[in-house]
Amino acid sequence: MSRIELNAVRKNFGTLSVINGVDLDIYDGGFTVFVGPSGCGKSTLLRLIAGLEDLTSGHILIDGRDVTELGPAQRELAMVFQSYALYPHMSVRNNIGFPLKMAKQSEAVIDAKVRKAAETLNLKDFLDRRPGQLSGGQRQRVAIGRAIVREPKAFLFDEPLSNLDAALRVQMRLEIMQLHKSLGATMVYVTHDQVEAMTMADRIVVLNQGRVEQVGSPLELYDRPKTLFVAGFIGSPKMNFISGALASKHGAATIGIRPEHVQIGDASGAIHATIRIAEHLGSDTFIHVDSADLGAMTVRATGNIEAAPGTALSLTLDPARIHRFDASGQAIF
Amino acid sequence: MATRHSQGLARLAVAPSVIILFLWMIVPLVMTIYFSFLRYNLLNPDIGGWAGFSNYYYFITDDSFPGAVLNTLLLVASVIAVSVIGGLGLALLMDQPFWGRGFVRLLVISPFFIMPTVSALVWKNLLMNPIYGLFAYLQELVGLTPLDWFAKVPLLSVAIIASWQWLPFAALIILTALQSLDEEQKDASAMDGARFFSYFRYIMLPHLARPITVVILIETIFLLNIFAEIYVTSVGGLAGNLTYLVYFQGLLNFDIGEASAGGLIAVVLANLVSIFLVRVIGRNLEI
Ligand SMILES: Nc1ncnc2c1ncn2[C@@H]1O[C@H](COP(=O)(O)OP(=O)(O)OP(=O)(O)O)[C@@H](O)[C@H]1O
Ligand SMILES: [Mg+2]
Repeated sequence: MSRIELNAVRKNFGTLSVINGVDLDIYDGGFTVFVGPSGCGKSTLLRLIAGLEDLTSGHILIDGRDVTELGPAQRELAMVFQSYALYPHMSVRNNIGFPLKMAKQSEAVIDAKVRKAAETLNLKDFLDRRPGQLSGGQRQRVAIGRAIVREPKAFLFDEPLSNLDAALRVQMRLEIMQLHKSLGATMVYVTHDQVEAMTMADRIVVLNQGRVEQVGSPLELYDRPKTLFVAGFIGSPKMNFISGALASKHGAATIGIRPEHVQIGDASGAIHATIRIAEHLGSDTFIHVDSADLGAMTVRATGNIEAAPGTALSLTLDPARIHRFDASGQAIF
Repeated sequence: MATRHSQGLARLAVAPSVIILFLWMIVPLVMTIYFSFLRYNLLNPDIGGWAGFSNYYYFITDDSFPGAVLNTLLLVASVIAVSVIGGLGLALLMDQPFWGRGFVRLLVISPFFIMPTVSALVWKNLLMNPIYGLFAYLQELVGLTPLDWFAKVPLLSVAIIASWQWLPFAALIILTALQSLDEEQKDASAMDGARFFSYFRYIMLPHLARPITVVILIETIFLLNIFAEIYVTSVGGLAGNLTYLVYFQGLLNFDIGEASAGGLIAVVLANLVSIFLVRVIGRNLEI
């Protein structure tokens, strides 16, 4: 239930500059997702907010108060780690109650709060077990339970679902979103999975090499990527990029078009291509084609389309859906 | 490896070494038991025959016996206390990042590789000697009378020497365990508001319970029959333990029968201590 502001935040590890001046406003009650490729500094940025790393320069404000010099506990934030970081020798009950114990709450208060958290997270039957005796999803819930009992100002999640299998990931995703709704808390969520980012976020922050590339709602990023990087990172399969003659015709160094905005027709069309390989997903077919004019392209067709490798076809680009970028990778609107 | 066939094969394969190990243990043990019931004194080879329990009786009623038991236990307890507490401290220090850490670790572990006899000699002659030892020199430097370690505080001296040898062992085992402690747990506990003391108390110590148990058990086994340090520093008469008393009966009094009885009593004592330890701290090894 708090607003977090980052002003010109920088972080160097020795000579390696990992976060290069990030300005960011994380709104009260929002669900903000940091995405970016591996090593771009997502975790580092989250740890800077948490207070687990010292800033090299810049300021972090929580509800208007400068917390740059405060330790992790005084910032009153809670964090859920990728490896869960449960305390292996403590029961689930003591794990969840640990932050309260550290805050010197009475036994009765701790017991009541732990019970309530366990109820919310369906952990009631496991309170006396050790983390080692739980499944991955249950461990994840314990980690979340440990975060919610303190009623923190905001929740920080660092790739909390990446150790779970696909089905569980979908389920936990929903549970976290529900939790966000019921608590109304500010949540900051790190992931490199852009599907997670698109489905969960109300705001996505795309990071690249320690810089913020773009901030916006999922659809904003999808529809109006500001840079070549964002255009390539958001959306799956990846946006097709075309440079050369066709791009110059549109007055750009590079143009991009998403696979779903390319139509295929019979071989009589303007742009010729041949099918290299097709991926059938049932609901969609991803067709990878080679085109003499455009190079390698991916096309997304709805439904299950017959597409034998080597077949000749033609491509049509939806002109309204073409994204244009200048030589420095900035979008031209 | 879990099929019945492979288990049978495995048993067959390990049988020779198990049998040899078993003989290795059982033959000396049976011989010792046999000797302990004989009249067997090298100074009086003419007197022989069964002695009944008299060897045991004489060993236990020997004036030195209660002191020897006490010294044995004191030595074990004090060296373990010093090495575990000191080892914990050293391990915590060595776990910090600092320049030349690898070299320091190598230095710290080195006493463990020195033979007990050698280290006892070094301590006796170079450090604790009241006339030309380093400690005497330091004491004189600040105007104190040099302490005659082995005459005035024999047990303490032996305990110091043994601690010097065992401290690195404990430190190394604990350090290894510390390094396997997940960094994220430290972060998580910091987020949860744990200061260093709470972190140490609630996360580090439980994590170290198992290695510390291992250290205690292993050191107990070795320290119960510590001998070289006592023999070399010639404090056996003042601060001898059970092992020394057995040596004294066997090789100074030449009473093999009584020495054997003493050896068996030492075995019983070792078992009592082990049972006690396993009861008290053994459950740390489970999970
Ligand atoms: N403690 C550290 N010391 C030195 N370099 C570090 C440290 N922590 C992170 N880095 C470096 O900072 C960069 C960013 O790391 P970070 O963990 O923030 O990446 P990330 O975006 O979370 O990646 P991933 O998606 O793989 O988790 C990496 O190049 C990493 O090597
Ligand atoms: Mg990361």
